[in-house]
Amino acid sequence: MTQSIENHAGLDDEKLQEIYQTMWTIRYFDEKVDQFFAKGMIHGTTHLAVGQEASAAGSGAVLKKTDWITATHRGHGHTIAKGTDVKPMMAELFGRQTGTNKGKGGSMHIAELANGNLGANAIVGGGYAIATGAALTSKMRNEGKVALAYAGDGSTNEGSFHESLNLASIWDLPVVFFIENNFYGMSGPVVEMMNIPHISDRAASYGIPGITINGNDIIEVINATYDAVERARRGEGPTLIEALTYRWKGHSKSDAKKYRTKEEEKEWKTNKDPIKLARKRFIDAGVFTEEKADELQNSARLSIEEAVKFAEESPITDISELYTDVYSD
Amino acid sequence: MREITYLEAIREAMSEQMRENPDVYIMGEDIGIYGGGFGVTRGMYEEFGGERVRNTPISEAAISGAAIGSAITGMRPIFELQFSDFITIALDNIVNQAGKIRYMYGGKAQIPLVMRTPSGSGTGAAAQHSQSLENITAHIPGLKVIQPATAYDAKGLLHSAIEDNNPVMFYEHKLCYKTSSDVPEGKYLIPIGVADIKREGTDISIVATGIMVHKALEAAEILAKDGINIEVVDPRTLVPLDKETIIKSVIKTGKAIIVTEAVKRSGFSAELASVIAESESFDFLDAPIIRLAGKEIPIPYQPELEKLAVPQVDDIVAAARNMMKKN
Ligand SMILES: Cc1ncc(C[n+]2csc(CCOP(=O)(O)OP(=O)(O)O)c2C)c(N)n1
Repeated sequence: MTQSIENHAGLDDEKLQEIYQTMWTIRYFDEKVDQFFAKGMIHGTTHLAVGQEASAAGSGAVLKKTDWITATHRGHGHTIAKGTDVKPMMAELFGRQTGTNKGKGGSMHIAELANGNLGANAIVGGGYAIATGAALTSKMRNEGKVALAYAGDGSTNEGSFHESLNLASIWDLPVVFFIENNFYGMSGPVVEMMNIPHISDRAASYGIPGITINGNDIIEVINATYDAVERARRGEGPTLIEALTYRWKGHSKSDAKKYRTKEEEKEWKTNKDPIKLARKRFIDAGVFTEEKADELQNSARLSIEEAVKFAEESPITDISELYTDVYSD
Repeated sequence: MREITYLEAIREAMSEQMRENPDVYIMGEDIGIYGGGFGVTRGMYEEFGGERVRNTPISEAAISGAAIGSAITGMRPIFELQFSDFITIALDNIVNQAGKIRYMYGGKAQIPLVMRTPSGSGTGAAAQHSQSLENITAHIPGLKVIQPATAYDAKGLLHSAIEDNNPVMFYEHKLCYKTSSDVPEGKYLIPIGVADIKREGTDISIVATGIMVHKALEAAEILAKDGINIEVVDPRTLVPLDKETIIKSVIKTGKAIIVTEAVKRSGFSAELASVIAESESFDFLDAPIIRLAGKEIPIPYQPELEKLAVPQVDDIVAAARNMMKKN
């Protein structure tokens, strides 16, 4: 096993290749969803994470299958990176019986407990306390599991953020609060919504470490997440990570993006594309060749095509499911 | 059998569950050495320690959510909410998370959690500490809602609630805490969703919830002297509701008075009335259903006003006499 890029998690080239492929899987998944949505083939609403692939893929890669995550409304990437198969994910968006949630949840609620995914949450800030509770279970049972809560910048103005960080801190819970700061909460620019330069500054109020990283740099994401996860596993408590990134698309379906400029978008798309950056970095370091990079990208594309086929061929959720799953026996 | 209070019965159920199952634990504000706002957890910290009797910061939003996260991942938390009025702060987690997650996830999660909370008026605690909000949670699919009136019911139902694999709201009336009844030692389970006939009668069915069960029983004694024979039905569980027992009782008596403490408008009393009106018991009614419930006002502080805000024994007596007179 060669390790061409030193990283805190000690990931070898094979694993880095896998992460690269995951980034493409996330991008292709969401681009496909965007197309289907435009064509009216899937309904509801979706929040796409195109442009934010590094923060999901890098953080997901250092978690174990048994660790927990809570994802957000923009959670396809988190879910893919945690290891959920894109087939049932796509089927979920198509409202099929084979979907991750039997077609009852849709884009904003995809969950797979068997893979450590406690679910996406469409309540902004809804995941903080749930992840904190999962970490409490791990601590009380001495399971050594870590919970990672993904969240957006906007959600850090919710009370649940502050209460959860405080609670996790006083109880030294093994939880990582991972904020994807894409600079806007819907249309609200971060700079207008808080009067401090960094979201990570907020960690100080709760006596926990806070760090701001380049969320489009895959290695920086891997390193910061690994350090936080290990700290949590050692029983030293939570960490707040702020990963700076950018969503290329609108907030959701009907977003004219009037709150930001074309120049700003172009800058992020051309010079700060996390996948492009990863590709260059990995090729320069000898993690893979140009050919291998194309091959990984192609495999990702194929997996999405297969997922679409799977979804289309799956039966729609049976009407007999209307009343099931409300209560547990 | 020995007599213990409602408060002691609740503590016993929790303690017995915690002795039996290491996954059961309790968290809430001031529940540790202090023993809880009403003393329900007194002594539990000493027995089980701070890991399992977890004193929390004043953070209802986080604790309710943490209870959910901990329940989905395998524990069986009990969350004591200091006053039921504060449910509003935990409501996002109760409504949008606890009640929905299982369904949204296609049945792939369960949330075995109990949220216990003192509710109701009568202690002079005024508007922000006296409300009866059980109807808010009874409205939400995915939750179970229990409102025990007696020590015996409280213990048996709490045991069942803790062993239930669903999120359960458990409303304890503050005025019930000091009431007592015969309660067996050790664990016994009262099934969730089974009403109890607290008093058999033939003339009028009084369906009463929570503290109103006691008031209805008192009223029944008074009415018995007039020769009016009251049947008191205590649903005990609002969700799931034992409609059958209520309907059967009304078919037997032909008359129904519903008594709840919560505000009448859009209150659970309306639900109970419609259960009767929509069922076969409607044909047996020989008088319109009467609803006695809280007035549409916040609970006032002044003791005389406070009493007027919710149904009292005299109101029940008067309503029953009136009903009998008309027929
Ligand atoms: C409690 C709550 N308030 C508002 C919304 C509507 N809403 C959905 S996403 C969103 C923006 C969230 O911004 P942020 O947390 O920064 O995440 P991002 O969308 O940028 O990933 C808003 C306002 C919601 N779903 N939940």
